[in-house]
Amino acid sequence: MEKIEKPKGILVWPLVRLASLTKRGWPGLIIIIGLIIVVSIVIMTLLAPYISPYDPNALNTGPPFNPPSLEHPLGTNHLGQDMLSRTLCGGSTMLQVALLSVAICFLIGVPIGLFSSYVGGYVDKLISLAMDSIYAFPGLILAIAIAVMLGRGVVNMALSIAVIYIPSYFRIVRSQVLTIKEMTYVEAARAIGARNRTILARYILPNVIPSIVTVATVNFADAVLTAAGLTFLGWGVEVDVPDWGWDLYYGRQYLPSKAWWIIFFPGLMIILLALGFTFIGEGLSEILSPKLREVE
Amino acid sequence: MTLRTYIITRILLTIPMVLLLLTAVFVIVRVLPGDPVLLHFEKRADPEVIEEFRHKLGLDKPLWEQYADYLSGLIRLDFGKSMQDFSPVSQQIFSAFPATLELTIFSMIVAVGLGIFLGVEAARSYNTPKDHLIRIFGTVNYAIPVFFLGIIFQMVFGIMLGWLPTGGRTYPGMEPHGAHLTIPGIGTIHLATGLYTIDSILEGNPLKLVQALRYLCLPSLTLGLVLSGIFIRLTRNNMLETLRMDFVTAAKARGLRERAVIYGYALKNSFLPVLTMMGLQFATLLSGAVLTETTFSWPGLGRYIYTRIGFRDYTAIQGAVAFFAILVALVSLIVDVLYAYLDPRIRL
Repeated sequence: MEKIEKPKGILVWPLVRLASLTKRGWPGLIIIIGLIIVVSIVIMTLLAPYISPYDPNALNTGPPFNPPSLEHPLGTNHLGQDMLSRTLCGGSTMLQVALLSVAICFLIGVPIGLFSSYVGGYVDKLISLAMDSIYAFPGLILAIAIAVMLGRGVVNMALSIAVIYIPSYFRIVRSQVLTIKEMTYVEAARAIGARNRTILARYILPNVIPSIVTVATVNFADAVLTAAGLTFLGWGVEVDVPDWGWDLYYGRQYLPSKAWWIIFFPGLMIILLALGFTFIGEGLSEILSPKLREVE
Repeated sequence: MTLRTYIITRILLTIPMVLLLLTAVFVIVRVLPGDPVLLHFEKRADPEVIEEFRHKLGLDKPLWEQYADYLSGLIRLDFGKSMQDFSPVSQQIFSAFPATLELTIFSMIVAVGLGIFLGVEAARSYNTPKDHLIRIFGTVNYAIPVFFLGIIFQMVFGIMLGWLPTGGRTYPGMEPHGAHLTIPGIGTIHLATGLYTIDSILEGNPLKLVQALRYLCLPSLTLGLVLSGIFIRLTRNNMLETLRMDFVTAAKARGLRERAVIYGYALKNSFLPVLTMMGLQFATLLSGAVLTETTFSWPGLGRYIYTRIGFRDYTAIQGAVAFFAILVALVSLIVDVLYAYLDPRIRL
């Protein structure tokens, strides 16, 4: 256990140290479980078009409201669509939205955080105030307002979700930079005449990355849940795209007929996906920096 | 810094925050691409009708004038007019808000109660299977979409077992009306909070109270469960630290029972962090309330927003979101002041 050093800003760290995770006890264990879940769902989604028994949009593949049977292992919905095919294919939207929104958060939140904390002064105060205001606001409600104005679609969903999570990246980057920029090696870099841009990109950023990776994994889970919430409120992707959120949205109306299979399997997939990312994020945060939880 | 100067500074800091959020809401609805009026009609109306519609809502004025109208309206608690029927949005917001408040209060009780109980249990049995089980429970809770949990509860307890109602606030016709208080010399005052549980107590009607609680059960359990994870983790970590402290050892050495030490001594130390977390989680609670209310047809603000989205009533959505902005700022102000009062170090 003592052989493993604390990683110093290595992007490939998760891959290189994957094997050593088994020796990490609880945090290592949940990271591995999380990775297995997420990777399986990604593979399942990529293979879905080839392994689905039916076209997920094909109507009347069997009688409507058919409970799970040999022909339809997960049953059929009100339109007679095969729920197994829909469950297999339904993850693609959610994964795309989550990935895109995390990327947007990363590309906007991190530079703003670096810039704001490095410049300091009134600029920093102003940006922090704006970020704190968004952070304090009920995320889903803000996302609804934006999504309603932008309209349906993967990109618009990702944008409206990204807006509410940018402050998380900003805050973590800012708090890290404030500590790091006082360190001796940064002072040394400045003394030998390194430019601000160089210091930020080459000396500070690499040390901030591990905490950002942690925030990003937790953020993946949040993005998945928010995307599901938006879809459930009727504001997701186009209706003809198979999506777990849509199946919940429609399936809910048929609860009185006790057709539990229409909602149960898509819901279970959302939980698994969110859970996978949560596990990875929690494990990472416990391994990388035990104090991180308190900073958030 | 005295408590008074702290409160004044904190209030002064709240103003730019609220202004910023309100401006953001305005920018999202009025300035960002996507004309709310055209979206409302889905591009299927005469230009003249659209112009008249714009004029009625004041949306034909220059943007800065609309912005000024919007802000000055909010000061008078006027949240604009609905696109659907031109009625004032504030009326609908104020009549829907008590339902949301009641749901959030009961959900918070469930979340904090369950969180503290399980957190303490986990800390007591640190690193045992029980501890791991509770931690997994907390994590899994976090990953369950609140509406999915709600649907499952409706399915199991409402439809299959038939124990509890699956939607609405109370049995139709059982709405409590509060109390009429007669004060000699002044006259009769109608006392009603809009919270069904409190109103039925005021009315002195136990039947109505039971109904209100029955209808509250599933929604508040759903929302409370999803939120409890964070309180479990918080209490557990706090207790683990506290249980190692000298005063706990001293209390145990004096021969006090473990239960008395934990609930009487150690738990008090967790109170402040839990209070802060309650304030921080309020926003999450409101987000969750939107989904929970939609799932359980709970006639609160969340369901209001949901139905307005259906009508493409953008001005109403804008008003409701602005109301949430003010509400969140107020709650965080109250929590901070309470915190400063309880813990003088924060004022330094």
